[in-house]
Amino acid sequence: MFRFVLTRVTLIVPTFIGITLLVFVLIRLIPGDPIETMAGERGLDAALHERLLQEYGLDRPVLVQYWFYLLRLLHGDLGRSIVTHKPVIEEFASLFPATVELSLCAILFALCLGLPAGIIAAVRRNSIFDHGVMGVSLTGYSMPIFWWGLLLILLFSVQLGWTPVSGRISVLYFVQPVTGFLLIDTLLSGESGAFTSALSHLVLPTIVLGTVPLAVIARMTRSAMLEVLGEDYIRTARAKGLSNFRVIAIHALRNALIPIVTVIGLQVGLLFTGAILTETIFSWPGVGKWLIEGINRRDYPILQGGTLLIGAIIMTVNLLVDVTYGMINPRIRRPR
Amino acid sequence: MTVNTSTITKVLVRPAEPPHPFFEFYSYFRQNTGAVIGLWIIVALAVLAVTADFVAPYSPIVTNNAAFLKPPFWQAGGSLAHPLGTDAIGRDMLSRLIHGTRLSLLIGFTVISISIVVGTTLGLIAGFYRGIIEIAIMRLMDIILTLPSLLLAIVIVAILGPGVSNALLAVAIVLLPHYVRIARAAIITETAKDYVTAAKVSGAGSIRLMVKEILPNCMAPLIVQATLGISTAILDAAALGFLGLGAQPPTPEWGTMLADAREFVLRAWWVVTFPGLMILITVLAFNLLGDGLRDALDPKLKS
Repeated sequence: MFRFVLTRVTLIVPTFIGITLLVFVLIRLIPGDPIETMAGERGLDAALHERLLQEYGLDRPVLVQYWFYLLRLLHGDLGRSIVTHKPVIEEFASLFPATVELSLCAILFALCLGLPAGIIAAVRRNSIFDHGVMGVSLTGYSMPIFWWGLLLILLFSVQLGWTPVSGRISVLYFVQPVTGFLLIDTLLSGESGAFTSALSHLVLPTIVLGTVPLAVIARMTRSAMLEVLGEDYIRTARAKGLSNFRVIAIHALRNALIPIVTVIGLQVGLLFTGAILTETIFSWPGVGKWLIEGINRRDYPILQGGTLLIGAIIMTVNLLVDVTYGMINPRIRRPR
Repeated sequence: MTVNTSTITKVLVRPAEPPHPFFEFYSYFRQNTGAVIGLWIIVALAVLAVTADFVAPYSPIVTNNAAFLKPPFWQAGGSLAHPLGTDAIGRDMLSRLIHGTRLSLLIGFTVISISIVVGTTLGLIAGFYRGIIEIAIMRLMDIILTLPSLLLAIVIVAILGPGVSNALLAVAIVLLPHYVRIARAAIITETAKDYVTAAKVSGAGSIRLMVKEILPNCMAPLIVQATLGISTAILDAAALGFLGLGAQPPTPEWGTMLADAREFVLRAWWVVTFPGLMILITVLAFNLLGDGLRDALDPKLKS
């Protein structure tokens, strides 16, 4: 097991170095002089320009620059935002919990609906329910979620007035951040109404972000269950006279869960793509919206640092999924 | 009498011949109602895209001061002059949607053409020559796959500058790894087979081996992936447009139209609803077709 984990970790290192290289090179491909970009409209005299070039190490060969970039990375220095002058990593850390909270709720929403839907569809194969689930999930999979979000706002916020249009919590409440997850923080603060406010702000973004994972999970669960239900041990279980529920919930589902867990783990990247759009629509103060704003302000350190951090997080999650998978399913561990 | 016998023999002999691969494929494909519906929607959209200049009642970019935010014809205040209403600066919605079809299909097909050609070439090279070239190519693809697709596309567009052609290129790069992987996996399994050895022995060069012998045998997964890829390409390009990084106004691109329409959510539902509906229908049609093609071309790929 230890060897298995070690191999997976060593496999990740070159990919991570590759990402740093990619991010480094891409940012250098931006046309124009970086110092002038930073100075913006104000303009510079030649001496100051020269001094800034030296200060940022931009007068050295590119390889040396990359080396220094890596060294700074190892010290946790991802540069500073051009607009706010705060360290990129600090800004990221303050916004990341909002994105995690939203993503966790979305995946929970997707699981709570997707798993039962997929299981029932598989058990009642070719029934109206099965066709309905498959049709709806294909539609969900094809959904432009930025439009889906606008539609939900149109219906629930504008027409019915049930949910707020944007943000994380009503401006009436100020909650001291403890965990960064507002649902927990509002409960801890004990302020009445704060929790409900946070919850009502979370509903629509959760649905929007959860739609595509929901579709993927429902489809995956159905096909995994169909495969397992055809196995001999299911027939044995039925022949033993076990109840239908027991056969499906214990014998079939537990084995079908292995591929499903993997698929859920692989949704992280997909969730992030969705988070960028969802956060933009609902003005959700997370890292997705932060990145888009960074681009619109031409704040390249944010783009560079944010991309790197997100890449690192996704790689870590994928590694954890891989290792968990190895633990659940010993066949994977065996060396080739 | 003799004439009769010969016709009978002919009729009797016929079924023994295997059907042409296309007809075999078509008989499977036809059974999938969803896929057939998807195909017809795509055909209809393609016709609309080609004939946009004649079908669209107005120009997609000419504004009309007399008709701001006119609702669709069935609603009070709407008229048949603008069947689906007008947008905030008086442009006809229907005309913009029709011209948007042309743009979106063009984006979808161009992106996939670039991805397939570049991706298959890289995959064939990686699988054929192995060694350091393979490691370099596959590592790069791993990196592209690790980063969320939209994020990478955004970074690329942010660097190249917003616009349709840059968005197109960004989406094409993001979709590359799928084709590289398929082509590489196919070539590795196929190279070991006897027919390739036979071709090699009879003196075929590497290029001929790759393109004429091996490639045709891994077309099925590529075609399926391409169809599903078109839907991803259209969706991602629209998302970039929505974020202000794709097609720029006044281009009638569906995602860009949605971005423009955001501030009118409160008073004009039609400027928000229709462009998104077009994206959904188009993407859904390609996904239906892709699923059907997968089932018909290669039952092994069934998920």
